[in-house]
Amino acid sequence: MENRTFEIPIGPVHPALKEQIRFTFQVEGERIVGVDIKPGFAHRGIEFMGMHRNLIQVLYLAERICGICSISHPIALIQAVENAAGIEVPPRAQYIRVIVAELERIHSHLLWAGVAAHELGFDTLLHLTWKVREKVLDILEELTGNRVNYAIPIYGGVRRDISPEQYPRVREMIRYYRGLFEELCDRFLNDASVEARTRDVGVLEPEEAEELCAVGPTARASGLRKDVRQDWPYLVYGDLGVKAITPEDYGLETRGDVYDRIVVRLLEVGQSLSIIERCLEEMPEGEITSIPKIPALLAQLKKAEGEGIGRHEAPRGEVIHYVRLEAGVEAPVVWKVKAPTYSNLLSWYPMFEDQEIADIPIVTASIDPCICCLDRVHIVRGRSEQVMWKEELLKLSWEKTRKIVMGNG
Amino acid sequence: MKLSSFKRALWVFHVPTGSCNGCDIEIVAALTPRYDIERFGIRLVGTPRHADVLLVTGAVTRPMAERLRRIYEQTPDPKAVVVVGSCGSTSGVFYESYNIVGPVDEIIPVDVYVPGCPPRPEAIIDGVVKAVAKLEKLEAGEPA
Repeated sequence: MENRTFEIPIGPVHPALKEQIRFTFQVEGERIVGVDIKPGFAHRGIEFMGMHRNLIQVLYLAERICGICSISHPIALIQAVENAAGIEVPPRAQYIRVIVAELERIHSHLLWAGVAAHELGFDTLLHLTWKVREKVLDILEELTGNRVNYAIPIYGGVRRDISPEQYPRVREMIRYYRGLFEELCDRFLNDASVEARTRDVGVLEPEEAEELCAVGPTARASGLRKDVRQDWPYLVYGDLGVKAITPEDYGLETRGDVYDRIVVRLLEVGQSLSIIERCLEEMPEGEITSIPKIPALLAQLKKAEGEGIGRHEAPRGEVIHYVRLEAGVEAPVVWKVKAPTYSNLLSWYPMFEDQEIADIPIVTASIDPCICCLDRVHIVRGRSEQVMWKEELLKLSWEKTRKIVMGNG
Repeated sequence: MKLSSFKRALWVFHVPTGSCNGCDIEIVAALTPRYDIERFGIRLVGTPRHADVLLVTGAVTRPMAERLRRIYEQTPDPKAVVVVGSCGSTSGVFYESYNIVGPVDEIIPVDVYVPGCPPRPEAIIDGVVKAVAKLEKLEAGEPA
């Protein structure tokens, strides 16, 4: 019998990913031979709206590009604007930005670990990671006033200081996660069924990662030591001496598979804890913003002229904002956002090659895609569209895990 | 024997329509151990055909409007629609976008609005509880 290729459309609404994107897989039997990706369902035209509002309003818009990276986008935008307008930032404010950014990394990586466990059909682990994730959300709420969308940075500084009473609470959180760290690593990395489902699945070779411009944990899991905090230090990251983490730091040989991506993200949680701890120790006293009055800030921004780029290592990788300001115009004349998923999207192609259909959910999740970040460009195509539910697919994935677990006795 | 407690074990389908993930992760947070609405039998299901309640997040983008309508039609009666988040309720910060056709109540009928950007998990639970009240009225044949 000749080999026939079938097409499986998945999305744009699928219960596993929680976001809208459509995949069309070409399969021969169980084997994936090709994939087509169509993003664009979450495109909200944020850059367009930003170019019609004043810069402080743009800040709130930037925060709502993504609810998970809700400080990464503002940090990148603010650096771009500060570059363009030549605004200085007091050292204490820089430390506070770093602390909140690292807290966000912890919450994002734990969130991802839970989602990955869910995709494998390991819901106990999902509930465990999301239970411990609440601790960092409590601290974020304590420091910023909200669990998500913190609204902490502003041009020239930050909006809230960290008070002396809050220091012990943050340190208590660090101790809590340190105590849990080994258990979490053990649960994820020494579990036979997790290993069976993720080892040598969705492999991204270092050369491919380099060619396809992968960023963040996706690139680092393939062995590229690539991290904006290390390569292009900003804020106080230069003083903190952050180093990019690869699976070799855990004593493993880098294979670039899903397992390695779990290793890198877990290790980065530990790294973020150390960064926060050092920030708390080294943070100097002083002002938290160079221009405390909002009308004065707006007036200065209106006078500013020039262009700037801001880069930040978001939990998913490098995010870049570009702005151009013109004197006399309140809104940025140009605002361009490049989110990390934009770079990581292409690495799906080599990852999916030759995988089984049941591996689709975990490979999809392994780059930690953020579709609402990604959808900056809207592609309109006149084609009839179909919707298929991903439930079937999840079931397949869960059955594969069950089979492996049963097989191991 | 009355099975009234079973009626409250709502099955919920989550429809993202161009949201920023903020509300979406808070919905999952509501399901996981800290808030744990699964203890009441409320759980996320993978298809609207099994759902009693639709949790809609996000200001509706143009390509998602048609899909949202289709999902609403696939949900069996009696059903309730809960909009989670400010942008789904009023378009919020996205009000002047060329690609937003929302808010949600311009596309499908909405029963409960949960404001907040994003709402806390407690608020989402409260929204679902209000949906229970509506479904009970519908079952009893009263106007909602």
